[in-house]
Amino acid sequence: MIPDIFYVQRRIEEYPGTFTLHIKKKEAHPRLSFQPGQFNMLYAFGAGEVPISMSGSVYNTSVYIHTIRTLGQVTQALEQLREGDQLGVRGPFGKGWPVGKTAGKTVLLIAGGLGLAPLRPLVYSLLDKNSAATDVRLFYGAKSQPEMLYSVELKHWEQQLTLQTSVDMATPGWQSNVGAVTHLLTATKIDPENSIAFICGPEIMMRFAIQELIKKNLPRASIYLSMERNMKCAIGHCGHCQWGPAFICKDGPVFCYQEIYPWFHRQEV
Amino acid sequence: MKTIEALLHDHPFFAGMNDEYIRLIAGCAVNHVFNPQEYIARENDPADYFYLIRNGRVSIEISQPNYGAVILQTLQDGDICGWSWLFPPHRWTFDAKTQTQVQTLKLDGRCLRTKCANDTNLGFDLMQRFARIMTERLQATRLQLLDVYGYSQNKKNHETQNKKDQNP
Repeated sequence: MIPDIFYVQRRIEEYPGTFTLHIKKKEAHPRLSFQPGQFNMLYAFGAGEVPISMSGSVYNTSVYIHTIRTLGQVTQALEQLREGDQLGVRGPFGKGWPVGKTAGKTVLLIAGGLGLAPLRPLVYSLLDKNSAATDVRLFYGAKSQPEMLYSVELKHWEQQLTLQTSVDMATPGWQSNVGAVTHLLTATKIDPENSIAFICGPEIMMRFAIQELIKKNLPRASIYLSMERNMKCAIGHCGHCQWGPAFICKDGPVFCYQEIYPWFHRQEV
Repeated sequence: MKTIEALLHDHPFFAGMNDEYIRLIAGCAVNHVFNPQEYIARENDPADYFYLIRNGRVSIEISQPNYGAVILQTLQDGDICGWSWLFPPHRWTFDAKTQTQVQTLKLDGRCLRTKCANDTNLGFDLMQRFARIMTERLQATRLQLLDVYGYSQNKKNHETQNKKDQNP
């Protein structure tokens, strides 16, 4: 429960209010490890802790990379950090994306807004030469083009996977899809027996994405999503993130839809 | 080369429609290919046709003074473009412009209106299909209006700290 001390090695402004931190441990040769989909608790001294998903590559063992949106007191404090500044880190925590289940499958990655950040480690793993996935398709929706994450990387990924992007509001010059990201799924042909979907984004978007996938006969057991709720301890003790019979921090944040659908659509939970 | 009937059969909009109706509708349809940046329809022009998109992307746009065209939505493979032909005054409500080369089946709305008037079962079947598309578009528009990815939405809902900020 005691945080390790890290320092900011690099800070990238993604767009106003959203930034990425590369953080490094204060040791000579740290060997950091995590699974795609896991998260760290980042501690801004004097402000508090927040759970933030990993958004770097598992092959980079020297730094953790986190993309953060400024929402409240702690993330505001994290936003103020500059290269060399220190922060506390606990983690990694939680159950990540089941990378092993992508072998021989068409992988559908469906991301909305900041939801691309927790999927990025998975993209790196799927684009690695050791990946056994047969096909990778990324569907990414954002409010508008200026609010798209990793725009330079998206251009590179386009050469290596099938990328479809969509925005809710077209800005001048935008020459791609406009509309809900779930609309992109309607024109996608999939083999339900040999496909697996990973979804991360606003819960509303995930609900509609699941509807489209179910319409295409993708089994519930082949749909995975990353959930969010209040998290405090990150180890399943405090109960803040209880969601139905599960704790998001310990049993998630990545869940198989087959296991959670009985309460996924219940608003009271 | 596929016949118009076969192309209609393959298009999701006509999925499950019986062969007799497909034959009737095929009599009102032709293949049509649009070049990139070509207008399929202009706002307030007579809406005598509608289009089944076989391949390509079409933007639905509206012009704003001093701003130019605003893209409201894009349509893609398997979508349908235009329903103004169904209802008086039979005029397009928005511009429709291709972003890529677009292969379509162009359907003559006047021809179809006559066939629907003569066979109300066909009319009902078509109406149900259009109603489903309209419902889907309405849902999509509502999602767009919600600004689910937006900063303001998250600010409002998640101001309490200690959220997993990553998944807005």
